[in-house]
Amino acid sequence: MRKSVIVQHGILIFGCLFLIMPIVVAFMSSTHTPETIDSQGLQLTWGGNFIETYKAVLFDKTGFTDNVNGVNMLKNSFILGFGFALGKIFISMLAAYAIVYFRFPFATLSFGIIFTTLLLPLEVRIIPSYEVVASMGLLNTHAGLILPLIASATATFYFRQFFKTIPDELLEAARLDNAGPYRFFVDILLPLSRTMMAAIFIIMFVVGWNQYLWPLLMTTEEALYPIVIGIRQITNVVDSGAIPEYNKAFALAILAMLPPVMVVLLFQRWFVKGLVESEK
Amino acid sequence: MAGIKISDVRKIYPNGFEAARGISIDVNDGDMLVLVGPSGCGKSTLLRMIAGLETVSSGEISIGDRVVNDVEPADRDIAMVFQNYALYPHMTVYNNLAYGLKNRGTPKDEIDTRVRETAQILEIEEYLDSKPKQLSGGQRQRVAMGRAIVRHPQVFLFDEPLSNLDAKLRVQMRMEIRKLQRSLKTTAVYVTHDQLEAMTLADQLVVLNAGLVEQMGAPIEVYEKPASTFVATFIGSPSMNLINVKNAEGSYKLETGETGLVLDVDRAEPALTIGVRPEDLRIGDVKTSQLKLVVEVVAVEPVGAESYVHGAIGGLPDQTIIVRVSGKASYEVGSKLDVGLADPDKLHLFDRQTGKRLEN
Repeated sequence: MRKSVIVQHGILIFGCLFLIMPIVVAFMSSTHTPETIDSQGLQLTWGGNFIETYKAVLFDKTGFTDNVNGVNMLKNSFILGFGFALGKIFISMLAAYAIVYFRFPFATLSFGIIFTTLLLPLEVRIIPSYEVVASMGLLNTHAGLILPLIASATATFYFRQFFKTIPDELLEAARLDNAGPYRFFVDILLPLSRTMMAAIFIIMFVVGWNQYLWPLLMTTEEALYPIVIGIRQITNVVDSGAIPEYNKAFALAILAMLPPVMVVLLFQRWFVKGLVESEK
Repeated sequence: MAGIKISDVRKIYPNGFEAARGISIDVNDGDMLVLVGPSGCGKSTLLRMIAGLETVSSGEISIGDRVVNDVEPADRDIAMVFQNYALYPHMTVYNNLAYGLKNRGTPKDEIDTRVRETAQILEIEEYLDSKPKQLSGGQRQRVAMGRAIVRHPQVFLFDEPLSNLDAKLRVQMRMEIRKLQRSLKTTAVYVTHDQLEAMTLADQLVVLNAGLVEQMGAPIEVYEKPASTFVATFIGSPSMNLINVKNAEGSYKLETGETGLVLDVDRAEPALTIGVRPEDLRIGDVKTSQLKLVVEVVAVEPVGAESYVHGAIGGLPDQTIIVRVSGKASYEVGSKLDVGLADPDKLHLFDRQTGKRLEN
């Protein structure tokens, strides 16, 4: 009995260490100077260069044109993450509302078509998507980054399933209470979907935050780069011909990880509630 | 206040199923009409058609003087209480009651007076700020009724409102619904599958079967003169004893056996179904009875104030009847008893083929 507890905890502790170590290494290394990292490899101890590195990463202008800094990139990432998540929730809720509550021709077919888009991830349709955004003149804008991605089969499916669990009597009671389609959506469906929306927000925020290929293709101005692209830019700096600034790259990686982690930690309770429990 | 007139209403679903096959009912202003029947008989469909939640395939429904076939549910001036209450889970009790009024543009202070007045009638004042989740079944039931009352509609519709409650609460709420409906004098249509609820609540009782009206009338009339074997077995508990008999050389005998039954009626049909309620049978002195049975006791069920004696006529296991005896019954299983009618008027005769009532 005791032995098995020890074994179980051993496995758990090992698993945790296994997952946390790369982050610890990245964080510790980011507090050293690039020279130390270059000569002695990755670090596991505190380097004392913390404030300097992070200040430089956040506020010093870098890049080819010398006009972007970490703060700016974080801001872009936040816009992308929020725009992506909120846009997806908005569009997919409306789509699911139409599919579940309105009788229109080919409703099942429409849902089928929406669902099959799961088979066509962004990478497959990136050229036509680029073409569309370009012809709309939305290259190098936040709107161009966000709009083409906010249609979501996954979120539509989640909301559809959720709406289907809401008893029909609620709709009927609302109809007797003189609530039209708009009022029913705003007064009944929206408040009931809160936990569901929170759950989808978390997933989609992280997905939006981590977009790499799409912004890379869609933006030519460094001022619009989100932070995940910035990480690569830093190790790419060629002008000095000297040692790449590994410490800054690690610092940016840590900064890029923080917001999604915070979102998940803060909303975790909602997240589980949204996926498991239905409040009816 | 208004009556309801339903004339030759049919409902055919797209898949071809006919839930209502020509139903005509008049509900008087202020009456409580109870629709009762087994599941699938069309009672809920009919109620939902009155509410406007289902379309009418043919026929006409009027509330007051207005034909409402094409009127939106919200504009019919009705209120409905649902089986699962359908309270808005995210709103407080107060808002649940106020929502319908708010959507109709009622001024805020009037909403407030009406909600408080309704809460007082139903004794739910102290829960006005609670969410439905925090309430017990009976309290939710009251809120659901409150949501109907608060609007002062012309018609109340109840869709099996008590079936989610436990037995004791059901009896209590049944009384309250009756009292409330009487005092508000609002026309009401009440759907239930529970014949006891139907009997106690109805001013007018409608028994539905397979989309048709089987019988319509005052509850006691339906009980005492069931129009068919269906109604006879559906209304009353334990249900009426039905015995199939055939005419053999001028007298009626059991269809399945030779002995055990002597029936003295002046009829010529080759076969009949006779019906007797358990309480109309008497054990013992049967000399003057129209119907004389000899039964073998198969079981005795004491339920307290009375006992149900199950007996097999002529000892035949597929011909059992139930006799209601007041108090405790001490009959041995296997013993033979003479059973007769307690009252000659209480013998019901039905056509063997159609099951329809025959007047004797």
